[in-house]
Amino acid sequence: MSPEVALPVVIPFLFGSLSIVLYKSNAAQRWLGVIGTGALLIASIVLLYNTYTSPTGVLTIALGDWPAPYGIVLVSDILGAVMTLMAALMGFAVALYSLPTMSEDHEKFGYYPLLHLLLSGVCGAFLTGDIFNLYVWVEVLLVASFALLILGGERAQMEGAIKYVTLNLLSSIMLLSAVGLTYGMTGTLNMADLVGKLAEVENQGLVTVVSMLYLVAFSIKAAAFPLFFWLPASYHTPPVAISALFAGLLTKVGVYALFRFFSLLFNHDVGYTHEILLWIGGFTMVTGVLGAARYYEIRRILSFHIVSQIGYMFMALALFTPLALAGGIYFIIHNIVAKSNLFLIGGVIYLLRGSHELKQVGGLWRERPFLGILFLASALSLAGIPPLSGFIGKYMLVRAGVEEASWGIVAVALGVGMLTLYSMVKIWAEAFWKPQPEEYAERARRFEQSVSEKGLTIMLLPIGALSLLAVLLGVGMQPVYEVLMTAAEQMLDPQIYVDAVLGGDQ
Amino acid sequence: METLMAFVVGALFAASIYMMLRRSLVKLVIGLILLSNSANLLIFTVSGLERGLPPLIAPGETLPAGGWADPLPQALILTAIVIGFGVLAFAVVLIHRAYQVVKEDDLDKMRSTDT
Repeated sequence: MSPEVALPVVIPFLFGSLSIVLYKSNAAQRWLGVIGTGALLIASIVLLYNTYTSPTGVLTIALGDWPAPYGIVLVSDILGAVMTLMAALMGFAVALYSLPTMSEDHEKFGYYPLLHLLLSGVCGAFLTGDIFNLYVWVEVLLVASFALLILGGERAQMEGAIKYVTLNLLSSIMLLSAVGLTYGMTGTLNMADLVGKLAEVENQGLVTVVSMLYLVAFSIKAAAFPLFFWLPASYHTPPVAISALFAGLLTKVGVYALFRFFSLLFNHDVGYTHEILLWIGGFTMVTGVLGAARYYEIRRILSFHIVSQIGYMFMALALFTPLALAGGIYFIIHNIVAKSNLFLIGGVIYLLRGSHELKQVGGLWRERPFLGILFLASALSLAGIPPLSGFIGKYMLVRAGVEEASWGIVAVALGVGMLTLYSMVKIWAEAFWKPQPEEYAERARRFEQSVSEKGLTIMLLPIGALSLLAVLLGVGMQPVYEVLMTAAEQMLDPQIYVDAVLGGDQ
Repeated sequence: METLMAFVVGALFAASIYMMLRRSLVKLVIGLILLSNSANLLIFTVSGLERGLPPLIAPGETLPAGGWADPLPQALILTAIVIGFGVLAFAVVLIHRAYQVVKEDDLDKMRSTDT
């Protein structure tokens, strides 16, 4: 019984409730936002440390003291703990970034309570060991994300939200149906218990059918090909802090669920299920990066790149070797850091120039070289330039692909890396390198003068920290690699998870 | 009975998808309502239909008498209904707001954010 497993769920929930109670005071909500996400960050660091150093590498807590498989368990293995840590890190960075950027109106309408609620849902989804409970957490984070997406109520937000809400509800219903069918087949909802029970199902074809239902449900949430159209239609509409949070966390919940389900539960027919994952991965990479190549709006380019990079994560899961899975988790970490950071930098560019359109901005390198360096650290990392973190992630994946002799996906991964570099260089050349276009110089000057240097410093704090992390993850990756290899071994040996949940803690 | 329910669930899913594919916002929400109800009915059906056999344990026994109805799916459905209700309430308010802002009930006219 390890109470620290429940903390990442409880802490944001408590702080969210407190923020609702203190809704009249914006200052109190801001403080609660920073303190709450900071406490969450500390709790998740402790959780990862305890999980990694524990003898089995898996910590559990039975809620209400009902023993598994009868009650709901929260389980923290290394995969879950690493994801929780990343969620907490993003939450903290975004809470800091929100201090100067979030308008009074947004704060009045419950930005901070929703932020906490979203984090609670995300952490719950990462830590639960029960498939119906996973559905509930996914709904919690979805409802919070719906409300965050339309905060402000502009026309673009409404249009984006209708697509986002509809498709995400559709995927939730598919998930719910799949959970119901799984229960009908096996009579249990506990993931560890399901491992044995699914293997006993007489007609294994039915198990594969249900696994496909999960695949579609989570692929919509992860924005994989061909189900990603809601993402580029909605992610660029809310305030940039919210976009960054969504970009870092929401699709990754879908990816995490796929990693969990297709390593722990549905590994009976790897030749069929993981072949499908491989094709999805390849197409997702290509369509995402080509979509991004077409646009000249920073947030739209980045939204399409989210899709593209989801493809790499699918590739990791499809290859299903220790190196590939470790590389996949590494890629998720790198992507959360680098992608969210680029969104945050996009927000700074808007603040300095008054536009997200690359055609209308420029000259930032001359005036703000420090911002340029921070951008380069994240952008080149995303494109996979050594020794930054994206390079290591892609190297591990490509190497795993070569070892498995999957030449097609290796070629696609490398080609998409080149095109990613093209998009990043495009932002660099347009926003930083070229001089400010004359016809928009007036607006740029106006925005430049209205910027408070103090607010900008607070915004650059999380951006600087995340950029530094993007570099450090690449340069000092050895300890990370060791943790992730342990995580991959856990994923490939479901028995460790099963024993820890059903056997231990009696 | 299960066979009949299977057809009912299938028809409900088909009807909801059809409604969601229409262009009108209101029909979209009707589709969502049908969708969450059909999923609930699906759970109810796949976990086995038993009539008049409550899972009560007689005094002195440790297990209920044979052939009892499983209470867990009903707990699941109850949870799903509550969640579905909340989400639908949000969806209704959302389309109302969207209609006020965009002044259109037609999904084809809401494409300014599309790709």
